[in-house]
Amino acid sequence: MKLWDCFATALQTIFSHKLRSGLTMLGILIGVAAVISMVSLVRSEQAMVRESLESLGANLIFVTPGTTGAGHGIGGAFASTSTLTLEDAEAIASDARSVSMVAPVTQSTTEVIAGGENVGCLTLGVTVEYQYVRNFETEQGNFISGQDYMRSARVVVLGNELAETLFGQMSPLGQRIRINGRQFEVIGVLKRKGEAFGTEDQAAMVPLSTAQAVLSSERAGGSGHVIQAIAIQAKSRDAIGSAQWEISDILRQRHHIGPEGEDDFRVISMGDIARTADQMYAIGELIMAAIAGISLLVGGIGIMNIMLVSVTERTREIGLRKAVGAKRRDILTQFLTEAAVLSLCGGAVGVALGWVIIKVSAGVLANMGFPFPAILPGDVVALAVGVAICVGLTSGLYPAIRAARLDPIESLRHE
Amino acid sequence: MIELESITKVYRAGRMEVSALRGISCRIEDGEMVSIMGPSGSGKSTLMNIIGCLDKPTSGKYLFDGVEVSKLSDNKLAEIRNRKIGFVFQSFNLLPRTTALANVELPLIYGGSGSHRQRALQALESVGLAHRAKHKPSELAGGEQQRVAIARALINNPSLILADEPTGNLDTQTSRGIMLLFKQLNQQGMTIVLVTHESDIVAYTQRTIKIRDGRIEALE
Repeated sequence: MKLWDCFATALQTIFSHKLRSGLTMLGILIGVAAVISMVSLVRSEQAMVRESLESLGANLIFVTPGTTGAGHGIGGAFASTSTLTLEDAEAIASDARSVSMVAPVTQSTTEVIAGGENVGCLTLGVTVEYQYVRNFETEQGNFISGQDYMRSARVVVLGNELAETLFGQMSPLGQRIRINGRQFEVIGVLKRKGEAFGTEDQAAMVPLSTAQAVLSSERAGGSGHVIQAIAIQAKSRDAIGSAQWEISDILRQRHHIGPEGEDDFRVISMGDIARTADQMYAIGELIMAAIAGISLLVGGIGIMNIMLVSVTERTREIGLRKAVGAKRRDILTQFLTEAAVLSLCGGAVGVALGWVIIKVSAGVLANMGFPFPAILPGDVVALAVGVAICVGLTSGLYPAIRAARLDPIESLRHE
Repeated sequence: MIELESITKVYRAGRMEVSALRGISCRIEDGEMVSIMGPSGSGKSTLMNIIGCLDKPTSGKYLFDGVEVSKLSDNKLAEIRNRKIGFVFQSFNLLPRTTALANVELPLIYGGSGSHRQRALQALESVGLAHRAKHKPSELAGGEQQRVAIARALINNPSLILADEPTGNLDTQTSRGIMLLFKQLNQQGMTIVLVTHESDIVAYTQRTIKIRDGRIEALE
């Protein structure tokens, strides 16, 4: 029996039982669509998170006060009693060799008044370096300059959302606002930073010196000027690890922590966070794939079930085929081809459905304000369709063997 | 054409042994039209299955077209059925949802020659049904369905046509048409063996082998 005749016979059977074939395919179809869309969505989200992590700043390292495991988020609430000082930051800037830029940050919760609007927001005291370390770009005006810092100027740069809240469509440049009762002039507005790490979008930034002079009430007991965080840029991606060690060493020494003592600060690099996120997404992807894989398995059982029914129902047909010269091999091939074609068709339609799901999800998410890339993951498509065909063949094997073993005389008598 | 020598067939059902054939010896020559008759349970179906290479005898010798077939493998038997024997059944056994033409073509795909529309059409023409080629069995009358089955039996140019109660499901008028078709094929040189229990069918054949209780009762 020729290969083409095999296919023709299989296709003919499949098409002459449209409803049954459709139902048989359904399991595989849903399985493949599920695998593809789930994995694609997880990957898109991962890509998005990675992108926003990178937009936080290249080779960024954060130093925050508190012990390891205390659980402070990035850009979230920093520890209330800070152990970090401006002098720590200066020491890192002068002694750590793998570090290219150091930006100390103070942070206080403030009340901001502009015109009639009155909102509570975070005000960060920063230096010039902060713009470069954090990869900020201004939408209007300028960032805080060295001169502003030296003069302790009463100037402020607004986060994108904060500017919108306070001024609406009006340009805030040159406007005066009150922070905790003190007047500041708006000299710049930052570009929107993104969804995942958007704290800065709602913050105000003033020169560190101004913040210490007029906003902060805290003083470290004699050891220097208290700050809430240090943002540090390593010289290169490869230097991040050594930079972290150097920073730790310098701070332990300055804070008089013995070899057995626990750090009173935390050093986190964006790489650490990206790695953790990647691990989380890899696990997520695996779980999604496993769940979708189960539906492929169920699809396979569906194929086996219907093929078994089909063999019983078509006993006479099998008997006749054998009478006119079909060998066991021919019957086996016929049923296996049917199973393979069914699962291949199911897989193909599943890919199409998966693509539709991805597109629709991306569209819905975009409407909700999440620009989501619609990716059709090629490796997953290949894998899912391959697995679908294997499932089809495996589950078709037993029914096909049963069909091939039928006795022609018995089969022809079958009612 | 067909030489049977002391053919026996024993079926085992658990511990019970049932002898369906108890030593059958006979010859059917090339170009003959022979009927095998007998009441139900006489063993005529078993004999037909053995002659048609669907079954192997328990003992005895069977020469078909000069070949000893009782010892051949299942695959070899399938090849012989495909090339040299055309089957016609009481209940037609056409594939439903499949056109008459595709039904006639069926043996060709197992013969290795692949499907061959033209040959199938010729076979349908020879039974007078070329105009119904695109119809499905459910759209054909009983006599037409049996003609399609005969065309299918003829497609590989067999040495033997084996018909099991070919008119059993047809009315008298249609039966006559089918028998005349067999007669005509026989006159063209085809060897035909008919299994039946109707005496009017026997009238169309040159010779009858009567079977009772697994033995030949009479050769007429």
